[in-house]
Amino acid sequence: MTGERTEVSIWREAALVAGKDLRIEARARVALGQILPFGLIVILLFAFALDPDRGVLTRVAPGLFWIAVLLATLLAVGRAFAIETHHGARDGLRMTGLDGGAIFLGKATAIAVQLAALEVVLGVGVIVLYGVDVNGIGVVVLTAVAATVGLAATGTLYGVLAAGLRLRETLLPLLLLPVIAPVMLGATRAFEDGLGGVPGDAWPWLGILTVFAVIYTTIGVMAFGALWEEAA
Amino acid sequence: MSEAERDDAGLPRDELLAPMLRRVIGVVTIVSLVALVLFGLWGAPTDEVQGDAQRVMYLHVPSAWLAYLAFFVTAAASALFLWRRTRAEVWDRLAGASAELGVMFTGLALVLGSIWGRPVWGVWWAWDARLVSTALLFFLFLGYCALRRIPAADPVGGAKRNAIAALIAFVDVPIVHFSVEWWRTLHQQATVFNPQLNPQIHGVMGLTLWLGTIAFTLLYVYLLDRRYRLAVLEDGRADRELERAIAERISTSRGVVA
Amino acid sequence: MTDVGYVIAGWSVAGIVLGAYTVRLVLRIRRAERESAPPESNT
Repeated sequence: MTGERTEVSIWREAALVAGKDLRIEARARVALGQILPFGLIVILLFAFALDPDRGVLTRVAPGLFWIAVLLATLLAVGRAFAIETHHGARDGLRMTGLDGGAIFLGKATAIAVQLAALEVVLGVGVIVLYGVDVNGIGVVVLTAVAATVGLAATGTLYGVLAAGLRLRETLLPLLLLPVIAPVMLGATRAFEDGLGGVPGDAWPWLGILTVFAVIYTTIGVMAFGALWEEAA
Repeated sequence: MSEAERDDAGLPRDELLAPMLRRVIGVVTIVSLVALVLFGLWGAPTDEVQGDAQRVMYLHVPSAWLAYLAFFVTAAASALFLWRRTRAEVWDRLAGASAELGVMFTGLALVLGSIWGRPVWGVWWAWDARLVSTALLFFLFLGYCALRRIPAADPVGGAKRNAIAALIAFVDVPIVHFSVEWWRTLHQQATVFNPQLNPQIHGVMGLTLWLGTIAFTLLYVYLLDRRYRLAVLEDGRADRELERAIAERISTSRGVVA
Repeated sequence: MTDVGYVIAGWSVAGIVLGAYTVRLVLRIRRAERESAPPESNT
């Protein structure tokens, strides 16, 4: 059965899973109605914590943006696996006989799409509220893509690792945040270069973000099947 | 004993080290630790630049070394567990025991580094690449230990999950290292690591540093064996409690039938 | 000796952490061994 699998069918299966998750999201509107407003209020609160009048916000905007995205990622990942817990959905998905790697790619894609939408809104929010200039839009977009793929891959991996466990809500941030610390670091530096600095300086950071995304997507495709079976 | 039957790889399971070997290691550890205290506090001369605060280094450097060794052992044992041909409970327990010790030594290295940094650098903490990487390493494996503490419904599945988690965390170590290194060196002024602070090391000082490394490594081996033993005992207790619960259920249901 | 406070602090922290961990480990093993001994001697 598995011998018949081609790459094409893996991508098709992944698209099915992603479509399913996104349809659920389109109906339930949790990302749109709760996670997105959460990200915006975080952006707003940073202005209370820091001094909005002396250019502090403009200088630290890239870091604040990615902190907000990181926090939203935690919520999105928790949500992506919460939808599998009701009405035996996980067993249903298991019994479809879909390849573990395909389910991983599908769920990660769904998370990535939601994060990307969130980043667009937060990005506009940061530009408007913090008064940020965009020097290199190409670098900013590439950084966002690479970082989002990395975040979605690690998030899906740790999401299934903690799925079904007692205390998963508190365990997930502890597991995920140290692992994605390099993404936070790389994406913030690349954004600094792409927004107010010299866009050409961002390449090493883009490289590290890409390596991170590739490594964790590969691990996810390989390991997800085993973890998915164990998730009680 | 039912435990012995499940041993596929034919490895010793109840004990990591033979009792005799463990006792020898225990005694040598104590002797070397006493020697370390004598040399570290009195035998070694005072550092010309750093003063006596440098004596904290005799503990800090071995702790940091052990942190890396312990996490490497965790990763290697996890990989051996995941590889079907070498899969055995011994690797899972070894990985868990080593990670717990690794977290302790990493935490110790951070605290000792901070205590050393205050008199020598003038600050408790500096955003130095090595410090930041070590702090992230601490949290990476702290999370792994927290994950391990949650019991799984299926022991083999849980062990597999733990092994994968250890490897995911371990893969992150070089990425963290390089990104932090770039962050602190690409556009940053002179670091706190002044070459003048590292003059020629006096012979006795180097010797003491080696003594500390050996003593801590022996202590690690001894504690690893003990932590492994505790894991075996606790798994056995969980099994017995389950058996007892099943036996009680059977006897009560029989009573109902009678 | 200079910086005596820091030296004492560093060495005591290390001693307390390692000592406490070792002692606690040994005690937990003893307790677990005591608990596991009786049922096996009965059978």
